[in-house]
Amino acid sequence: MTTAPEAPVARHGTSRLVDLFEYGLAAPICLTWELTYACNLSCDHCLSSSGRRDPRELSTAEAKAVIDELEAMQVFYVNIGGGEPTVRPDFFELIDYATGHHVGVKFSTNGIRITPAVARRLARNDYVDVQISLDGATAEVNDAVRGAGSYATAIRAMENLADAGMRNFKLSVVCTRHNIPQMDEFKALADRYGAQLRLTRLRPAGRGADVWDELHPLPAQQRQLYDWLVAHGDTVLTGDSFFHLSAYGQALPGLNLCGAGRVVCLIDPVGDVYACPFAIHEDFLAGNVRTPGGFAEVWRDSELFQRLRAPQNGGACASCAFYDTCKGGCMAAKFFTGLPLDGPDPECVRGHGEELLARRPQDGTRLPKPSVDHSHRTSPARRSRPVDLTLVRRREDLDRPPVSACAEGPLTGFRLTGTGDQK
Amino acid sequence: MTTMDLDRAWDLHPQVSVRPEPFGALLYHFGTRKLSFLKDRRLLTAVQSLADTPTARAACLASGITEAELPRYGRALAALVQSSMLVGRTS
Repeated sequence: MTTAPEAPVARHGTSRLVDLFEYGLAAPICLTWELTYACNLSCDHCLSSSGRRDPRELSTAEAKAVIDELEAMQVFYVNIGGGEPTVRPDFFELIDYATGHHVGVKFSTNGIRITPAVARRLARNDYVDVQISLDGATAEVNDAVRGAGSYATAIRAMENLADAGMRNFKLSVVCTRHNIPQMDEFKALADRYGAQLRLTRLRPAGRGADVWDELHPLPAQQRQLYDWLVAHGDTVLTGDSFFHLSAYGQALPGLNLCGAGRVVCLIDPVGDVYACPFAIHEDFLAGNVRTPGGFAEVWRDSELFQRLRAPQNGGACASCAFYDTCKGGCMAAKFFTGLPLDGPDPECVRGHGEELLARRPQDGTRLPKPSVDHSHRTSPARRSRPVDLTLVRRREDLDRPPVSACAEGPLTGFRLTGTGDQK
Repeated sequence: MTTMDLDRAWDLHPQVSVRPEPFGALLYHFGTRKLSFLKDRRLLTAVQSLADTPTARAACLASGITEAELPRYGRALAALVQSSMLVGRTS
């Protein structure tokens, strides 16, 4: 346990805003709320390893109680995701409840439920924003990752939203090795439907950890992406996910800060609160909204979040000239690729991450495994890593099992001697 | 640099929510979906009292902002007008 963070108020006046944010806020600016682990798709890189609904999912009443708390804390908006959130039967009831209680909603969907009627309904609510996920500007590139037919579904949803008069919804793309050459095509696609392009980073979280080595952008592509972002920075959203690229030169628009536990967090479908959407693992579990203090207490008091808000030192990165803007990159990316949290990001543009990755054991046995997996069982499990087993020899000085403290049988401690046939 | 008329009545845009923070406050505009911030508690007090004060100048002075500081705080308010966080009030 580290010491309590310095009171932020004592630092104000001389600090940049980003420095103040490092000490955490009274409430998240926004938070990600995965409403369900159920999903009609099985994307290769799913951050939350979604597929099957969890029977412990928050009920409608519990979800509304969370919204009440968010309203009281003045959380401005929630990013709702999943799984595929729209497959929850109470989905529209919940978003209407949230927007009626001054909590704005932005939700991510693969488009499966965005019919013309639903699109018209969404277009009428100023407090709702929609994000359509698409990871290829062509069906070929997209469907290879997100599944057959998913491109057509997303395009149809965008058509319906545009026809309903919804402006500026988001076309959300996870940048991969295969779609980085398609950035201009994505932009054209967004423009065609009156949408705004949003690009995010491929994280090695959830099932994404299994495919990260094959899908994450190559070093030259990172540079290509950076140049593209610099050229289009004003018109493209990034969810602040590329701050590690700022070491190429100028900082990209946005906070350039790891917000985990400081300005963002994740509530999962069963009410577990994690430091960020890319860190669904017990090491980053801060608490659960079902506990008596609710979400507010988890946000305010959890030991994990207190620790994340304490001053961080740059560790191995401290001497790097770019530490001030890159801040060592993404905590979750380091964690799930087995790198130390106080060292460089695996995609460090100075190449320091690659050196560390190359030195890891090649069999992947040392990588953290997600503690939560709701993947569909209809397709073969992708994880086929060796299981750690330790074989030990029985100690030579023990000729019988140790007696446990609670063993009270009449023969406790009795040793059969002489006959030798029991050994 | 944008300027604003400190001698008229202003108000927060009805779609703006203000959340006090230890360093000042966060502002969120539900219409533009833009986030902004006030880096100073006195500026927060001034912004919150705009609705009940005849002019922005009066709101600032009543919040402990001095005449000498007015140009700087005026620029901060002008930036909020620019991003539609503040709107002119006629009543």
